[in-house]
This record gives sequence, C-alpha cells and structure tokens, in this order.
Amino acid sequence: MKQVTVKYFASIREAVGRSSELVHTSAANLGELRDELVARGEPYAGCLVRGKTVRMALNQVMQDETALLASTAEVAFFPPVTGG
Amino acid sequence: MVVSRVAIQSADFNLADEVAALRAQDKRVGAVCCFLGTVRDRNDGALVSTLELEHYPGMTEKAIESIIDEAHRRFDIYAARVVHRVGLLQPLDQIVLVALTSAHRGQSFQACEFIMDYLKTQAPFWKKEQTPDGARWVDARVADDVALARWGQQADRQG
Repeated sequence: MKQVTVKYFASIREAVGRSSELVHTSAANLGELRDELVARGEPYAGCLVRGKTVRMALNQVMQDETALLASTAEVAFFPPVTGG
Repeated sequence: MVVSRVAIQSADFNLADEVAALRAQDKRVGAVCCFLGTVRDRNDGALVSTLELEHYPGMTEKAIESIIDEAHRRFDIYAARVVHRVGLLQPLDQIVLVALTSAHRGQSFQACEFIMDYLKTQAPFWKKEQTPDGARWVDARVADDVALARWGQQADRQG
C-alpha cells in the first residue's frame, strides 16, 4: 500500500468537507485513486464521480488520470480553474 | 535587476511601482505591455457584492513560473511579472497584473495575451462570488478554453 496526501480545493473541498487527508491506496494512477475515493460513497462520490469535470494534480503539476502514483505523492482534486 | 517574477498576495499592488521595477535600468526596453484584471459588480446576470479567491499554495507559483518560462521560449521578451491577489475582494478592486517588457510592442502584446490565456485555464485559482441569491462558485468559461486553443494547447485534460 502507498500512503499519499490528497488535497481538495474550491467546490470539491466544500463537498468533501476537508481540505486534505492521508489516504492509503493500492491505486496505480490518478484515475484509480479517484475511483477508490468514489467507491467510499458520499461525500466523495457526488463530487468525484465519472462524468463530473474534475482536474487533477500530482506533486503540484496538472496531470491526466494516467499519471503514475508513487508513495508519499501529493495529489489534488479540484474543479476547472477560474482565476485571472 | 532582481524582481521576482511571481507574487501571490492578499495585499493590493501599485501598477506604476510594478512597471517601474520591471523596466528599471534596462535600456534595451522599448515596450511595456500590462494587463490589469479587476472585479466587476456583475457576472452571469447577477450582482456581485464580494469575490473570494482561493488558490493552491505552492502549485500556483509553480504553474505561473512555468507559464512565464514558456512565454520566454515563444516570444522575444526581456522581463515578466505576474501579481495575483487572493482572499476577499470587492468590485473595483484589482485582481491580477501581467506585465512584460520587450524591444518592440508586438512581442509584449502577444506574450501578455499568452500568459493571461494560460493563467485563466492552468493556474489553480477559484473564484466564489457573493450574490443576492447567496454564494456561488464561478464556472469556468468555454471561451477561456477556446482562447487557449489558439496557442496550440488543450485545456480539457479529462472529464
């Protein structure tokens, strides 16, 4: 099992009810980690379910769901960005 | 000239001071281009009383540094500076400054648009606005993805 830090931002942070947590996972990549969280049920399922537009970052760089997960990674899930 | 390229701050900034610092002592500069983003009092048909800006500390700075690096590869610019505010803002407040210097105007104009188009779709900021009907997260705009696409990039990495 890997231990990764997962961060949530904006509407996803509000839905999950926390901004960060440690997650023990066997997921190989970001997409599998997302599926594991969705499988926990609510509140994760509602905001991370497939079909919702969710952006992901791995170690503070935007990545797609195929990005490989290593232990101690910092992962983030967030909605499309709206700065500027 | 040692001006940091990126500042994420809750405090306001002064456009004249920022530009003065950016072009200081650089006699090659013949053009300065600035974009200044400000808070509107209406959005998507509703009045906006306040705007709260959230960001991803650490990633925000990295993302903008990498946007500026890419601008330096694509355009003949001398210096770049991006200031972005976070926290609670009100209509009329300044939100973002992008400033560039170059020998001639064309490269600064283009680099300024390029950096803003990238920042709008790649830098991890989120806006929450307070309206008469309550608070709501601002939706990303399709127009911003279209603007990015003209630089040969896709914003939508996955659904």
